[in-house]
Amino acid sequence: MFLSVFFGVLFWVATLVLVLGIAYKVFIYWKVPAPLKIPTTPAPLTKRGVWVRMFKEVTLFYSLFRSNKLLWVLGILFHYALALIILRHVRYFQENVWLVIDIVQPFGKYAGFLMVIALIGLLLRRILIDRVRYITAPSDRAMLGLLILIGISGLTMKFVSHTDILMVKTFFIGLRTFSFHPLPADPFLIVHLTLVATLMLIFPISKLMHAPGIFFSPTRNQVDNPREKRHLSRWAKKLETQDKLYLHELDK
Amino acid sequence: MADYEIPTVTGEDGIVDVPSLEKGSMGHLHGPWISKPDFQKELGFPTDFEMPAGVENYGDSNTLVENWKERALDKMDDLRHRYRSLQVFLDICVKCGACTDKCHYYIGTKDPKNMPVARQDLLRKVYRRYFTFAGKFFGKIGHPEFVGATELTEDVVKDWYNYYHQCSQCRRCSVFCPYGIDTAEISMAAREILDHIGMGQKYCTEIMGKVHKIGNNLGLPEAALADTLEGLEEDIYDDTGVLVELPLDKKGSDILLITPSADFFAEPHVDGLMGYAKVFHELGLDFTLSSYASEGANFGMFIGSYENMRRLALRIRKAAIDLGVKRIVFGECGHAWRVAYSFLNTLAGPWDFLDQNYPIPQHVLEITEPALAAGKLNIDKSANDDMVVTFHDSCNIARGSRIGSYEGGQFEVPRNVIKAVCNNYVDMPKDTIHDATFCCGGGGGILTDDLMEVRVKGAQPRMEALKHVTEHHGVTHMAAICAICKSQFTKVIPYYGFTMDQIVSVHQLVSSAIILTGQLSEDEIDDMEFDYDEAKERLIASREVVAEESK
Repeated sequence: MFLSVFFGVLFWVATLVLVLGIAYKVFIYWKVPAPLKIPTTPAPLTKRGVWVRMFKEVTLFYSLFRSNKLLWVLGILFHYALALIILRHVRYFQENVWLVIDIVQPFGKYAGFLMVIALIGLLLRRILIDRVRYITAPSDRAMLGLLILIGISGLTMKFVSHTDILMVKTFFIGLRTFSFHPLPADPFLIVHLTLVATLMLIFPISKLMHAPGIFFSPTRNQVDNPREKRHLSRWAKKLETQDKLYLHELDK
Repeated sequence: MADYEIPTVTGEDGIVDVPSLEKGSMGHLHGPWISKPDFQKELGFPTDFEMPAGVENYGDSNTLVENWKERALDKMDDLRHRYRSLQVFLDICVKCGACTDKCHYYIGTKDPKNMPVARQDLLRKVYRRYFTFAGKFFGKIGHPEFVGATELTEDVVKDWYNYYHQCSQCRRCSVFCPYGIDTAEISMAAREILDHIGMGQKYCTEIMGKVHKIGNNLGLPEAALADTLEGLEEDIYDDTGVLVELPLDKKGSDILLITPSADFFAEPHVDGLMGYAKVFHELGLDFTLSSYASEGANFGMFIGSYENMRRLALRIRKAAIDLGVKRIVFGECGHAWRVAYSFLNTLAGPWDFLDQNYPIPQHVLEITEPALAAGKLNIDKSANDDMVVTFHDSCNIARGSRIGSYEGGQFEVPRNVIKAVCNNYVDMPKDTIHDATFCCGGGGGILTDDLMEVRVKGAQPRMEALKHVTEHHGVTHMAAICAICKSQFTKVIPYYGFTMDQIVSVHQLVSSAIILTGQLSEDEIDDMEFDYDEAKERLIASREVVAEESK
């Protein structure tokens, strides 16, 4: 029972931190003005074009493809495998599992291996390539280590030492109504869940914010139309309306 | 020639191999000369600091402003709340390393702090320490480095000053970053912070002061400018027998031509200016230069100061209003064009008093290219047959703006013009042109003699590409459409075994090939009835007659 209350509270906290933390960060990105038009050109001339550009970046990692083929392969492999794995895990939160989640199951199962392989590749890059080693902080390696351990503990439960997943499912569905059902006292499960909760907790305060952040990147999300449409930020407008040259001259 | 090793170029495939790290290889430098309080004052920056005794003292706390640490952090906090780019870019870099081999300064110097992400990290580390939960937490327990954070110390400030002046804000890294993180934005913010703690860069601030006092970066006063323009008219007259005017402050002209002041006397820039004048003359376009706004370049961008960039841009607005023009056209200048194309409407708009049928502002190539395509200019391509030309895409035009009406026009329009006036054109290798172009090594406020080592080494990737096409395709000349590129290359290419005159302006090629209406042959020029002064007097007199009659 201790286990289930502990993890119950932990996952509630982690979920709140994840959701509210990201929401807060996104709110800041949205609120801070972009005073100048700085798309990296050539850039789309229309809003629709910007959507296409962003779609290419988010789904195909287009800029990365131009930049570094090895990293692109590892990055695509990791992110798509992770996406499949997350979709596969949705079934633990649904009483009636959606069809698409059902379809994903066998793919998600083996995606775990691809994810771990890709992550090990990413970690090796950080160790073996001198330029990447130089820019790597301990936390960068720790984050890859965290993901690798999540993957390995998950794969172990699937392929080596089965855990009672029905019990796990009952536990998580119960959490929605604050009822704490028991969890299997399986060491792999405990490791797995602890690390996942950790990942959720650090998401909003770490570089993992690149996921929502890219949508706010002015070099990628701006339309190339500065001659046609005047772009003026709130703070810059004050200089005009008060006819001042410097911000420190503005009336408070 | 220098007390440092000049990189060697082989010309093999035109691409410099990615070097291994040489830590601290540029650490012996101390950044550019410091800006004195007088210059800082003119631009609205704090002045309560002592000038350092020598470069080795740059960044010492006794030469910084009082409470420099607090004030640096305050400025950083201010900027991240005013620039989404800064806030987002500081947060979302995952240190993937995609950018690490993309910077010409890294390739040329091998110093790891010149890798874009490492350059950003000089600032990001401090941001993380003081403005993020992770940095504050691990800072408190004494291990900020675990999350890539660091205390703000004098050494950090010294690194800022040194390495943020080894960035030409060319944006090549932003092309290859999966999130579009643009180191230029970080460099600009860093320079703005430095300006607020008594560590401005003399080259930029002194020049901006000249614009405020005199109207251009070179400090060329009105009378000297008028003289220079007359000299150019005379050159064209003596060369062609045609009086092509370069009017100054001519009220009621249709077009205000804004061009970098280097165009008034530097080589090969000035040949480009004569080229624009000839094109305007042939097309019957009525233009004028302005002595008040006799500068296209806007160094406010280099130091990341919106306020100063705007102040400079407002000169163009005032000149346009005072002269009563209908259009604004910019000459060949990369950074000027980025500020003009991308920012002018923001900084100095709205331009509702100009003729809305033309782009505002317009690039001179947007006039020349369609005119050539429509056959409105009489061209003798063989005039350029002594050259095999290649084209250097200037970074701020390639990645920070556009020329023409379609995406990527900035690559096609200048090439179309060159091909329309030259028989021999060859591109440099694919990874060194278009939006993957390498900076000349002198952009973004680096074009100063106190940064010569940075400039020479930073030019290596472009020099390698040029060497390749000279050896394999017989290229003799490289054309550019940026005053900084032209100045930087003419100064730096001798280090790599080329000669200064191998750099040409695009409109210089146009100027050579264009045959003006009524142009005389060499023999006819020798027998001309009037010299330039007489011809000009007659022109003015004839205009006065017309003006009298119309009354």
